[in-house]
Amino acid sequence: MYTRARAGDLVRHSGISVPFRTLSVRPPTLCDVTSPPPGAAAPQLNTADGAARPAPGPAADEGLARRLRALACTAPLHDLDARKANLAGEYGVYAMAEVALAAIDLVTLHMDFDTGADHEQIVARLLPRVAAQAPGRPAPEHDRVARWVLENLINVGSVDRGFRAVYGTFGPDGVYVRRDYDFKLIEEVPGPGGSVYLRTTDEAVNVLVGALDTDVTSAQIAAEVKLEVLISRGRLADAQLAAEQARYRTVQYSETLRRTLDATRRNVRAVDWLSTVPELISEALDHVADRYRHENAILTNIRKARDEAESAEHKRRAAELVDIVKDCIRRHTQLQSRLLEAGPLFRAEQDRQAFAPPAPRSGYDLYGQLLAPVLPLPVERAGRVTDAFFARGTGLRTPTSVRMADLVEMLLTPPVEREHLGAEMPEPDLIATPDDSRFSEEQLAVAMELLELPADAPRRLSGLLADARRRDPDLPYLIALLAVHAASPPVGTAYRQGEQRLLFAVDDGTELDDHEFGGADLIVGTALLDAAGMAADRAEVA
Amino acid sequence: MTEYDIDEMTPPDAAPAPAAPGMTPADAADAARLVAFGLQPKLLPARDVEYAELLRRHRDEPAFARLTDAVAAGLGLIVLEVSTRAGMAVTAAEDSVFAVRMGDYARRAATDSADRFLHGLAHLAVAALAFPRPEDLADDGYIGRVTVNGVDAFVRQACHRLEERAEEQGENTDPTTGAPGLESAWRVYARRSATGATKDARRLAGSTTGIVGKAAAFLVDSGFLQRTGDESGGTYRTTARYQLQVRDMAASAAMAELLELGVVPVSDGGATLLPPDESDDLDLVADAGLPFHS
Repeated sequence: MYTRARAGDLVRHSGISVPFRTLSVRPPTLCDVTSPPPGAAAPQLNTADGAARPAPGPAADEGLARRLRALACTAPLHDLDARKANLAGEYGVYAMAEVALAAIDLVTLHMDFDTGADHEQIVARLLPRVAAQAPGRPAPEHDRVARWVLENLINVGSVDRGFRAVYGTFGPDGVYVRRDYDFKLIEEVPGPGGSVYLRTTDEAVNVLVGALDTDVTSAQIAAEVKLEVLISRGRLADAQLAAEQARYRTVQYSETLRRTLDATRRNVRAVDWLSTVPELISEALDHVADRYRHENAILTNIRKARDEAESAEHKRRAAELVDIVKDCIRRHTQLQSRLLEAGPLFRAEQDRQAFAPPAPRSGYDLYGQLLAPVLPLPVERAGRVTDAFFARGTGLRTPTSVRMADLVEMLLTPPVEREHLGAEMPEPDLIATPDDSRFSEEQLAVAMELLELPADAPRRLSGLLADARRRDPDLPYLIALLAVHAASPPVGTAYRQGEQRLLFAVDDGTELDDHEFGGADLIVGTALLDAAGMAADRAEVA
Repeated sequence: MTEYDIDEMTPPDAAPAPAAPGMTPADAADAARLVAFGLQPKLLPARDVEYAELLRRHRDEPAFARLTDAVAAGLGLIVLEVSTRAGMAVTAAEDSVFAVRMGDYARRAATDSADRFLHGLAHLAVAALAFPRPEDLADDGYIGRVTVNGVDAFVRQACHRLEERAEEQGENTDPTTGAPGLESAWRVYARRSATGATKDARRLAGSTTGIVGKAAAFLVDSGFLQRTGDESGGTYRTTARYQLQVRDMAASAAMAELLELGVVPVSDGGATLLPPDESDDLDLVADAGLPFHS
């Protein structure tokens, strides 16, 4: 469970047992990490049992190789501290490895379902920590340190934007082989609109955030149970750690699903839509529903803990926990909406691809016959195939040939000045739309004035109509319309908007005697509303 | 469909004189003109009256067709198809002045074998995703659609699958130091970053999306793809010429090379990206994504 502590141990042990001074401190383009020099390790083995003992087999070496690789993942962090001395300026006060680990944590937490973490946002969130390490230094320097660390974690400058470590193993034939291990800690991924986002790689999550290569679901359940127990016992410090772990798992779970859905989207035929994918999706939906219920329960518990807590420290921790769990819930909701989109998308693709009439002849299966067999080949041999495809598959280019006369003329022609503001905009031809309102604004104003009745003196509709008729022969229609509307007054709207008065109309059975209108002679009046009381009510409900 | 098929369909009496001697220098100029149209791959016959007229002549007059083919062959061009659909679809023969060379295509590719491979692979992957099934490549009416990010994700997924397979078998795929040529091809792709931030907001040229994007842009200039939008790093649809080029030239050349390497991909003519058999006891690991069956 305490994967964080474990990752810490790893770093600590490595600091002791492996001489990290052998890290070659080179320009930040490529971080070379050398494992313990084989020349030093091998004699030790030999001196223990003498030369008679055969070299350890591949089975024994496999675990060693795995640990060496895990160790290599931590090396770029140590390397940062080793290299900070080479920076122009006095950067000794900054704990670069700490900033780097914090950056990896931040990126992991800000990775979204669709994209990743925003570069600038990560820098901004790193700044408080950097500033705390050297409060006396100017802010631009803090910014520079944060950026330096992040860029080195991405390893900007190398083509692969990754790290390479060299380690040695004994092959099946007992021959010592040195191998290259390539890995990345933070990688840049394309986001929507051509932007670039950051994601932590599996290596970084596994080694540096916590050993998460366990069964995601079961680990999550364990974390939830633990969290509930911790909260109920009031051990909030531990509960926060557990909640953070739970969130890492949530992130990883959605990451897994994102990849699966992406793959589904890419190629319909490659996915078993009959059983495997629906199972996967329903499993994930169950998971979301389950977690959502759990986390809401936890949320209620912590809220209670937060409100009842007496010490300020407890209150603060509980408040932080609320934020974390809220974030978990947000992620689950996001995941769920993605899951619901998968089905319709698949069906659309299915319609497009599967129900097309069969082609009269057969072509090449480019994936199965070319791409798939090429990828496992050594790059030297694979290159021959891709070269052949490139040579025949790119089409033709007409070679450009230049005449001396043209060249001279071209070079002597002054560059065309570009219009700074671009082409002139044509004046838009506007046509006024005819006003087709039944009543004019003035008529409405007059009608509203007529209906401005004192609260204690309602009037009959017949009287209002007679008044209106005297002013304007068209006005009674508007009055009648407003009065009929007032028969069902918009009470809810008036309540929400905090109106002070409301026009209403009541039918007391009297019939309207009018040569233009028929129906009931409504009593039209104004009701006064308790605006202040309603406002208080609303605040209470909210 | 080749020009010879069209010849056979033409009624014999429609041709004025079957022999080339009847052709005049003016006809030769017209034939060369048609080839010149073919050398502008983005030009559509439907948009140019003269082009369409010359294509009609090529269809109706076997002697003119033969003359045109001779002009093309003399220039080092291979005629793939002559039709109103694809126009005068010609492509460069090997060693022709019109052929595209890897060194001119990408500077790094000339020296770095990994880059050279990645650029070639990008073209292969664009084609594989544009024509995912054998039927798609064979069907003249099919129009493929690809996106730059889609191609990258597709290859990455295939690489990921291979990585998992190697892990399942307990294989150590880390290459021997100092022998970069022996590294598995998928690893070269997998470890290259997908994208990267640059100072001027352009795509990082060395990243895989940069390489795929370059391939797509190049194919647009070849008249093989048409850009339809900017989503997912750029969306494109295929043209008739691209289908001809891949089907008649590129796929067979690459296949021949593969066979020479001793790799024999077996196919029954169906697609390999298929759902698994009922009997196949496949546990879809959450992270596995596409269960490829190849």
